Amino acid sequence: MSTITLDSRCPTGPIEDRWDNHKFSMKLVNPNNKRRFEVIVVGTGLAGASAAASLAQLGYKVKAFTFHDSPRRAHSIAAQGGINAAKNYKNDGDSVFRLFYDTVKGGDFRARESNVYRLAQVSVNIIDQCVAQGVPFAREYGGLLDNRSFGGAQVSRTFYARGQTGQQLLLGAYQALMEQVQLGTVRLYTKTELLDVVLKDGRACGIVTRDLSTGEITSHSAHAVLLCTGGYSNAFYLSTNAMNCNVTAAWRAHRKGALFANPCYTQIHPTCIPASDEFQSKLTLMSESLRNDGRIWVPKGFDDNRPAGQIPEAERDYYLERKYPAFGNLVPRDVASRNAKTVVDEGRGIGPLKNGVYLDFSDSIGRLGESVVRERYGNLFDMYERITGENPYQVPMRIYPATHYTMGGLWVDYNLMTTIPGLYALGEANFSDHGANRLGASALMQGLADGYFVAPYTIGDYLAGMLGDPVVPTSDPVFTLAEAALRDDINRWLSVGGTRSVDHYHRELGKIVWDQIGMARDRNGLEKAIAEIPALREEFRTNVRVLGTADGINQSLEKVQRVDDFFELAELMARDALWREESCGGHFRVEHQTEEGEAKRDDEHFANAAAWEWQGADTPQQLHVEPLDFEYVKLTQRSYK
Amino acid sequence: MNLTLKVWRQDGPHTGGRFETYQAADIKDEMSFLEMLDIVNERLIEDGREPIAFDSDCREGICGTCGLMVNGQAHGPQKGTATCQLHMRTFRDGDEITIEPWRAAAFPIMKDLIVDRSPLDAIVEAGGYINANTGAAPDANLIPIPKPVADSSMDAAACIGCGACVAACPNSAGQLFTSAKLNHLNLLPQGQAERWKRTEAMVERMEQFFGSCTNHGECQEACPKEISIDFIAYMNRDYIKAKIKNRKLQGQGFP
Ligand SMILES: Cc1cc2nc3c(=O)[nH]c(=O)nc-3n(C[C@H](O)[C@H](O)[C@H](O)COP(=O)(O)OP(=O)(O)OC[C@H]3O[C@@H](n4cnc5c(N)ncnc54)[C@H](O)[C@@H]3O)c2cc1C
Ligand code: SF4
Ligand code: FES
Repeated sequence: MSTITLDSRCPTGPIEDRWDNHKFSMKLVNPNNKRRFEVIVVGTGLAGASAAASLAQLGYKVKAFTFHDSPRRAHSIAAQGGINAAKNYKNDGDSVFRLFYDTVKGGDFRARESNVYRLAQVSVNIIDQCVAQGVPFAREYGGLLDNRSFGGAQVSRTFYARGQTGQQLLLGAYQALMEQVQLGTVRLYTKTELLDVVLKDGRACGIVTRDLSTGEITSHSAHAVLLCTGGYSNAFYLSTNAMNCNVTAAWRAHRKGALFANPCYTQIHPTCIPASDEFQSKLTLMSESLRNDGRIWVPKGFDDNRPAGQIPEAERDYYLERKYPAFGNLVPRDVASRNAKTVVDEGRGIGPLKNGVYLDFSDSIGRLGESVVRERYGNLFDMYERITGENPYQVPMRIYPATHYTMGGLWVDYNLMTTIPGLYALGEANFSDHGANRLGASALMQGLADGYFVAPYTIGDYLAGMLGDPVVPTSDPVFTLAEAALRDDINRWLSVGGTRSVDHYHRELGKIVWDQIGMARDRNGLEKAIAEIPALREEFRTNVRVLGTADGINQSLEKVQRVDDFFELAELMARDALWREESCGGHFRVEHQTEEGEAKRDDEHFANAAAWEWQGADTPQQLHVEPLDFEYVKLTQRSYK
Repeated sequence: MNLTLKVWRQDGPHTGGRFETYQAADIKDEMSFLEMLDIVNERLIEDGREPIAFDSDCREGICGTCGLMVNGQAHGPQKGTATCQLHMRTFRDGDEITIEPWRAAAFPIMKDLIVDRSPLDAIVEAGGYINANTGAAPDANLIPIPKPVADSSMDAAACIGCGACVAACPNSAGQLFTSAKLNHLNLLPQGQAERWKRTEAMVERMEQFFGSCTNHGECQEACPKEISIDFIAYMNRDYIKAKIKNRKLQGQGFP
């Protein structure tokens, strides 16, 4: 049985002082000693690039890893809409407390107050930092920064750079990272994939990687390891995430003892382009900012085959505006997504496959003029037209929900350390700040908060205790055994000699996950998933076909290992969803809803985080529960009426 | 539709390559070009043949990972479009399509359609940043930036680092990429302190890897973000100024 007790290490006292007091109470590493510590950062997205650059500026010796051919290609690059910060530049009543409040409430009371408050506090520093780096945020004519409001918020606190906010923020962090590479304080390993986390005496001491160009397996040791490896939406196969996003780094840490928290909290984004056929390889997100000016509707009648323009106003159902007069089209993502599913399931879906709802800009174009709409969303409209062949200035867009973000991830304490000492998780890879639902424009904020302003402080507290300790040499058996196991694994995949491609099995897994662990879940479906996933995994392991060799580029070999990890994760997602006998945020259990069909929480039993401990390959994980206290934001049923 | 593909296959960086011909049958209009290749690959795997190696990630034209020469054009026939955003409705039943990797001395072929574009990172490393250590920044609204300046900087910053400009250029020049990064930073007030040092360092790093620009303009045509060659002119102007200013800086310790 396990000896783990979850200690969140959250400071106490007045919430606005907690982070400051905590920083003061943490041990420091003297500037001259910092260069004696080696830190591995895996992942160079917003979280990883910002952490690696900041740690190197402080003086630590950093090694940064990415499986991409350049740090600039991390999935963060694709974020469109924007980044939140409590600057109150619009004088509309925003404040650190309001951003904190909105995030806790938006997360349906399943995040830690202390963490969220800190996130809101440092949000303002992030914008300052990014502007100083040259991030070309949108500006007003007077030259000051522009803001817009974003799904779920009643204030304008979202900073943006056209429809390419993630790109510009990542380029800022990437450039800061490359400056450190030039200075020699960061050693950068591109096209290098982490395939194992290595522990010695219970502490993280390094990683084992595979060079994706040569196939070489190598060990790297360090005093601490930071996983900044992104989310696991691709467990669904179809998602808005980039094709290569995967859970492997987090999962392999989980198998080594890091607890995995709230895996069932996945976010389905309401505004994506509906799938056009079964060969679809990924889904494309249309930024949520479109909901500011677009109106969502479906025909009132069932199976209405008329083109949108021929359906008179009186026969349209603007269902979000009707059901939620206060928030209208700006209700949070989970609410918008579930409502879209409801109308499509009712048979009121639109488009060739009847798998979408309209997002209509004709009113805005009438009110603001086409040029203003083009200024705000031009590149999104172009993207839509390129994919669908339809012009959204003339006909309404078709949208449907798709998996987009994963709130669950590696359990971390207030210092962002996992249950393995010396192993940290930052950005989407951890479970920390969004509870059961993430608000729009808050992931970029969290990734950069973790990387620029949290981990660089908290890591010192851990390292200070190790002054003078050398890193574990890579000749140590902990490394050589891990390398040997990995080589065996790779050879096993290459010699399965099955008949079907890796993609085939990934697609099949994705169908189970979408159908049973998707937007609405029930006991039957979850139990079915728990039975079906291991059966499919067994077939996958004995019948997958991986051609080619282990040395050199072999994309099937890369994928097969990632998909294998998705299989194990998917099973845990189902178990977690089954255990959580309530609905909250992105986790909607059909059995637990209000009379109006809204998520119904059970705070008495489930105001907590569920963290699962690996027990070996064929034994279900053991559950650990971290209770959550709400001192500042009163537990209320969310209502966006 | 049914297509014939002529695809460049090469086992590794140190081996020779060859074209191989494949049939792509039953391809639908709505498919993307890369989804068409996915299907070809799946069929190859079922036949026990190694799939075609090609790079892609976001598949929405922003990460810059994809990039193929399609019938001799970088990113294919559609203007302002990365390979991953190209859809099959651009092609006709019976078409023969030649698919090759980027061809440039600075981008060695790693396998099939995958090349090594790390020289682009090396250019950024030389100076493509604004030094601003974490925590040292003043309030973001302290420096107003006129909207047209911010917009112009953003136009340049939109570059996705795909390398199509290099692949399209008869000289394999890296000017469009380099000038995009330089203008993103050099146009902004925050970028002024290091402007001249940055310009000299990045241009000279570029010259270590890439050919020289003779104003063909093919880069702008191929660029999926339609980055303007005007930026190259600004870069050249800044480079000449930088040579003088940097020398002065060295000589007198003060500009
Ligand atoms: C289409 C889209 C639009 C979005 N828009 C917004 C938005 O407008 N606002 C917002 O706040 N959020 C948005 N998000 C969410 C947000 O972009 C992500 O949550 C965030 O960028 C994640 O950053 P990250 O640094 O945690 O991970 P990532 O950016 O995913 O980076 C992961 C890094 O880890 C590396 N890596 C992973 N595994 C390994 C391994 N095993 N070995 C080596 N390296 C590895 C990768 O190479 C990469 O460098 C959007 C997401 C999507 C999909
Ligand atoms: S300038 Fe254009 S073609 Fe060249 S790397 Fe940038 S986006 Fe690609
Ligand atoms: S795959 Fe990202 S730009 Fe084409």
